[in-house]
Amino acid sequence: MKAVTVSNIRKSFKNGKAVTEALRTVSLDVEQGELFGIIGPDGSGKTTLFRILTTLMLADEGTATVDGLEVVKDFREIRKRVGYMPGRFSLYPDLSVEENLTFFATLFNTSIDENYDLVKDIYSQIERFKTRKAGALSGGMKQKLALSCALIHRPTVLFLDEPTTGVDAVSRKEFWELLRNLQRQKITIVVSTPYMDEAGLCDRVALMQQGSILDIDSPQGITGKFSRQLWSARTEKMYDLILSLREMQGIVSCYPFGQVHHVVPEKDFNITQAQDKIRAMGFPDIDLAPIAPTIEDCFMHLMNHPENRMTAGRNNEH
Amino acid sequence: MSTNTVISVKDLTKRFGSFTAVDHITFDVKPGEIFGFLGANGAGKTTAMRMLCGLSLPTAGEATVAGFDLYRDAEKIKQKIGYMSQRFSLYEDLTIRENIRFYGGIYGLSNQQIKDKTAEMTRNLKLGKEVDSLVKSLPLGWRQKLSFSVAMVHNPRIVFLDEPTGGVDPITRREFWTLIYEAANKGTTVFVTTHYMDEAEYCNRVSIMVDGRIEAMGSPGELKGKYEADDMADVFLKLARGAKRSDN
Amino acid sequence: MKQFLFLIKKEFFHVWRDKRTMLILLGMPLMLILIFGFALTNEVKNSRIGVLDKSRDETTRTIIQGLEASRYFDLVDNINSEKDLAPAFQSGRIRLAVIFEENFGNHLDHNNSASVQLIGDATDPNVATTLINYASSVIMDYQRGQRGQGASPYSIGTEIRMLYNPQLKGAYNFVPGVMAMVLMLVCAMMTSISIVREREMGTMEVILVSPIVPIRVIMAKLIPYFLLSMINIASILLLSVYVLDVPIKGSLMLLVFECLLFTVTVLALGMLISSVAGSQQVAMLASLMGLFLPTVMLSGFMFPVENMPILLQWISNVVPSKWFYYIVKNVMIKGLGFENVWKETLILFGMTVFFMTVSVKNFKTRLE
Repeated sequence: MKAVTVSNIRKSFKNGKAVTEALRTVSLDVEQGELFGIIGPDGSGKTTLFRILTTLMLADEGTATVDGLEVVKDFREIRKRVGYMPGRFSLYPDLSVEENLTFFATLFNTSIDENYDLVKDIYSQIERFKTRKAGALSGGMKQKLALSCALIHRPTVLFLDEPTTGVDAVSRKEFWELLRNLQRQKITIVVSTPYMDEAGLCDRVALMQQGSILDIDSPQGITGKFSRQLWSARTEKMYDLILSLREMQGIVSCYPFGQVHHVVPEKDFNITQAQDKIRAMGFPDIDLAPIAPTIEDCFMHLMNHPENRMTAGRNNEH
Repeated sequence: MSTNTVISVKDLTKRFGSFTAVDHITFDVKPGEIFGFLGANGAGKTTAMRMLCGLSLPTAGEATVAGFDLYRDAEKIKQKIGYMSQRFSLYEDLTIRENIRFYGGIYGLSNQQIKDKTAEMTRNLKLGKEVDSLVKSLPLGWRQKLSFSVAMVHNPRIVFLDEPTGGVDPITRREFWTLIYEAANKGTTVFVTTHYMDEAEYCNRVSIMVDGRIEAMGSPGELKGKYEADDMADVFLKLARGAKRSDN
Repeated sequence: MKQFLFLIKKEFFHVWRDKRTMLILLGMPLMLILIFGFALTNEVKNSRIGVLDKSRDETTRTIIQGLEASRYFDLVDNINSEKDLAPAFQSGRIRLAVIFEENFGNHLDHNNSASVQLIGDATDPNVATTLINYASSVIMDYQRGQRGQGASPYSIGTEIRMLYNPQLKGAYNFVPGVMAMVLMLVCAMMTSISIVREREMGTMEVILVSPIVPIRVIMAKLIPYFLLSMINIASILLLSVYVLDVPIKGSLMLLVFECLLFTVTVLALGMLISSVAGSQQVAMLASLMGLFLPTVMLSGFMFPVENMPILLQWISNVVPSKWFYYIVKNVMIKGLGFENVWKETLILFGMTVFFMTVSVKNFKTRLE
């Protein structure tokens, strides 16, 4: 049995006259015990998908199951089994750390003591602050408390909606380590994030953009499908270089990527010729080097080239 | 002030009671530089930036911004700087034209200047007829580029960006950075505070704050070499793991 | 049950830790009662009056002395002719004029009847009526005094008797009104805000995704506000009795029962508002405009319902505060028993059941 199945889900919202298509025929499967990432910018439909899977919303079309249960028919049963951490960490700022955790345990008719072993790793890190109000915690600690609250009833599937947004790099790293540890306890984790660099930390990811899935695969699988040789370009005059490269023939795209520009050339690109040509354009110090694509390169390529996207139907790779 | 620094800070300190939020920081920023100002939550970035924008007085230390002294000429500084925070710079229930008009008015631009600016932005951002539609009807990416342009409406010498690109798609993000490069290329200094390390990679130079002090400063390449790290996130982790303040 | 108890405890934490709001909620009824109490009685205390005495005899002097002796009146002016009256009123120097006809004492002695004219400044009609009533009662006193001496059976004008409120204390009528206002604010506004806040914070999402029946969480929310209201009712009643000297004439048990019933009505209204309001501001506005304002304007506590246009009279029937105000006024001030207010109680009960049902039915188990 798959932990989560989503099959041809569609959902749109009406706001006055305007209709927003939040999800346009989305399908995916999550295996049991998998750490599955849904990667996409704001407005790509991640939250809507989470809400449908956690039975908070009804889809317009399509079906979905969680832990083998149908999301519409068996919603009461699903609510007993899933853990959910909504986008904005849902804690009570005026309750203490311990009171927050007790409250969420109470909702599921359990207690902290009963499932302490499950949250021990995470909760022990914040336990010394248990009398402190949640509103006075740092971002990283709030996040740990929210995760403890979502886990306290021993869920089989955990949905985490953008848990690392707005949290600093140290806390983000620690959080992903916590998720890895949780996976060992046989909990399926579905996590969404707008940060492409977090994709590599998942077993498999779905790339989402404007309500559609661009691709679903392991991080290596996704970068492996990138069909062109990617080049990094570097010079003193970085801004001028963008403008020139975008004009140049044989270049599909050129985007700044931190210290370098990433250049996607046409298939029959000749590197030596190009290097000479760019030098002649006023960049004598041009430094072109072949590089391996990142998830972000792939995401951008799929955005620009819809023909390479996964088809809307079921993904059968796994 | 020497001609090749636009921000010059020496031993700048801010205390709140017994708590030292910013502890003797010293750095210079050159015209046209993209300067990244990094640090974990609570490291003192925001406090430092508020001082530089003339919003709060330092407890001790010296600083000049755009040629003006922080203590005496805070109001003049405000004329010379632009500011953009993550998403809140634009009025969503006004049209783009009205937003430009409003911010142009704040900085004392003439009607003709505002008109020219509006035309220029419409052209550069390829807005077309959208210039008369409400900001809230625009996609997030456009809004972000627009708020950057609006922060630049009075041709400031320095523009402060507070975590500018959270949550947008990667292409929009790159277009945004292209705009920043363009501004820097024209001589505007760009001062970016962020805790997203991949944004740090775009900067000419970065400083990393830990517990109110600047622990490291240099180009991303230099820092990566010095701390034997693959990327800026790694550099940051190595520095910030020693922080005491963040979780206490 | 253990689960429910913790839910209640949690709500108490929310209320208790928001010290400023709690202070307002507990302090407001005291403020309102004291302000209304003193403002209303001060208004008619020491009111300046003028006297135009065309008779100047023994009788009028005694009556004028009576007026002067009253703590409600300050005699500021002896007016010499009718044409001085208008300027005296216009400059605000006097609020009431007493005019004795010529030969007042003679007429009274010989015709057994004499006339005195009372002119009030009716820019504030309530105050004017009150003052005129006071003045007439002073004149009546004189008449009664004379009768007591067994002299002659005089009659001056009509006899006016003040029912239920012989000293015409303003405080009497506003006590039930303030009670209704306070309960509206504490129960309806605060509960609706606190439910909507959960939705805004995103905690409602987690609650909905848990197996708990959400209505239980809501019910737990009502209890602290219910108790807070009890405290408020008690403090209002204590203040009324011991500071403002407004006695509770009817059965205290009955009064408390009616207050409890109304509290539940208003809690149900708060739930109803929370089920339609999208944000805390909307919830606050809806409670203020939809509940608080009608309580003030249409319950009969500021303006008598009988004097309203017929349309407003109709509308006032759906305002629960109107019924509550009527019941409390009758039980507390007139001292009537349940047999006189059972109809109104039934209406209030019906409304409570209706609001409860609608708000529970309206409560969604999903986000849409």
